[in-house]
Amino acid sequence: MPEEAIAASRPGTGFWSDARVERLLGAVACLVLLLIVGMIGFVFAKAWPSFADNGLAWFTSGGDVDLQLEDIFASPSNPAEYVYHLRAWPLLWGTFVVTAGAVLIGIVFALFAAIFIVEFAPSQVNRVLEPVVRLLAAVPSVVYGLIGILVIVPWVGEHLISIERKESVANLVQLDGASISVGILILTVMIVPIMIAIVVDALRAVPRSWIEGAAALGANRWRVTWTIAVRTARPAIVAAAVLATARALGEAIMLSMVAGSASFAPNPIDGITFLFEPTRPLASALVENVEGLSVVPFGETLFAFAAVLLVSSMFLSLAGFVAKQSMRKYGVRP
Amino acid sequence: MSLRTSPLDSVRSWPLRDCLGYFAAWAAGMALIAIAAAILIYMAYRGAQYFDLGLLIESPSSSLNQAKSGGFRDPLIGTATLLVLSTLIAAPLGVTIAVWLTEYGRPAGLARAVESAIEVVAGTPSIVLAMFGLILFQEWLGFLTFDAEGAVLGRSFIAAASMMSLIALPLVVGATREALNSIPGHVREASYALGKTKAATIRRVLLPAARPGIGTGAALGMGRVAGDTAIVVVLLGATLQILNGGDGDVFGFFKGTGGTLTSYVYYNSPAGEGLAPEKAYFAAFVLLGVVILLNFVVARLARRREPAWIR
Repeated sequence: MPEEAIAASRPGTGFWSDARVERLLGAVACLVLLLIVGMIGFVFAKAWPSFADNGLAWFTSGGDVDLQLEDIFASPSNPAEYVYHLRAWPLLWGTFVVTAGAVLIGIVFALFAAIFIVEFAPSQVNRVLEPVVRLLAAVPSVVYGLIGILVIVPWVGEHLISIERKESVANLVQLDGASISVGILILTVMIVPIMIAIVVDALRAVPRSWIEGAAALGANRWRVTWTIAVRTARPAIVAAAVLATARALGEAIMLSMVAGSASFAPNPIDGITFLFEPTRPLASALVENVEGLSVVPFGETLFAFAAVLLVSSMFLSLAGFVAKQSMRKYGVRP
Repeated sequence: MSLRTSPLDSVRSWPLRDCLGYFAAWAAGMALIAIAAAILIYMAYRGAQYFDLGLLIESPSSSLNQAKSGGFRDPLIGTATLLVLSTLIAAPLGVTIAVWLTEYGRPAGLARAVESAIEVVAGTPSIVLAMFGLILFQEWLGFLTFDAEGAVLGRSFIAAASMMSLIALPLVVGATREALNSIPGHVREASYALGKTKAATIRRVLLPAARPGIGTGAALGMGRVAGDTAIVVVLLGATLQILNGGDGDVFGFFKGTGGTLTSYVYYNSPAGEGLAPEKAYFAAFVLLGVVILLNFVVARLARRREPAWIR
């Protein structure tokens, strides 16, 4: 590395010597690293009592989560008598259903949109599409939530859910339109831009010569894109899905507005009714209960929710990072 | 950009499967435009319907009839304050980390750890960041937060802004690294050849060249900060009015609690208690305007050409 050698031969003078600057910058980076590691550690430390008291049963179902949370909130002030009993399955299931639904629909949609942007869109259309994707990514979740709760939820409640359907589950939940399907719909719109951005970058990075080679062999434009470009970009598609999952998991405000915020585990056996049942994902449960953070056992239970979210998003972010790297083995740099 | 093939290769002559794919791609692209247009037109319509400049300069007040009382001057100030404060924290920090990662990055293990830590923060839900901030500011940095009769709640503009800066940080780091990486090596070598130290090269050559990138990252971060609600609810108190945390001085203002446009929209929507959808609509319209403005800034900055000597 000549650059390194040159720099080292001129150590610099005065206070801003090279060695000192390097140490200073490194120290700041370490400080942020420490803060982030500390964050992970503290969230777990705070969450531990809830996990320790329930054991693995924490993740199972049993009883009404809302009632259990009320009991925890009302537990006596003596630390020895704190109540921690919780079976969080409905919240976990709700998170899973909404996230998986949005990511599965979103990745297909994003893939086709990305193909369109890279390969088929006329340049005038692309000039519109680029700001459109940026806009959809930038609209605050509370605005999505507002449109959802004031427009889409009432419409679904009035037009899509028949009275018979409402009556069929009236003893369990009230179907008023706020449901997993609306949650999935809006969440899909929210995470599609990230996926498009990643997939578009990957498709653009596919070496032009490969594509031209395939075209020269007589494949039509769609075949070329589908078999060469999309196949090369597979790691990026995985990365897009994974990173979007991390984003979807953390979506709290919008889902608490449109998904019904009832700690109910929608049951796939119910058929189509399933789509109209309300739920409450973990992140929404956090936002809606933050007022109770100062009650010690309740706060610790909320930190247990946060810990679950943190672990999942951590693994997803790192997995996405790794998946993106693996495109390099083809010599393609996204 | 798109591939040119023989004129005989028209979509009509393709096998059905390929045609379906082609039309699905068109449909996806058109659907995106339709969704964005629907959101924009609907919000503009509602914003125009409830347009009332008075709301912008009136303080909110709590009363039974929300529809008739007060505007959202305080949330507007809250949003502006958070934007400025969190950028002031995130931009220098992010640039420092990006410079260290791209220009030094030794030892490699540490650099990789910092890199993945930034990735982790980028994926962490803001509500989790908010709850961590609450521990941090309740237990160690209580003097920077609002205290209600001795009870430390861990809430203040400082607390909210520092956690918000963690949202913006990965964006600033990412954009700055990209900008630094795109500066070719010969620029650095030219600077060394003129006798500049590495530190001076960074300060005088690399950072000025990376300025559009830094600006893009900061503006992207501001967009995310302006749109976040969870941290506001947890760490700023999401109160209707700004409460001064001191004796009415500037430090007291930063120590105080308040709300932002996002929390105002949230609490005035049917999901909160306010039940004033018309004000929520107008506030959301203003919020959307702020975000689009920031987006416009990003686009402008990203398009700005780098100095000619780079190429």
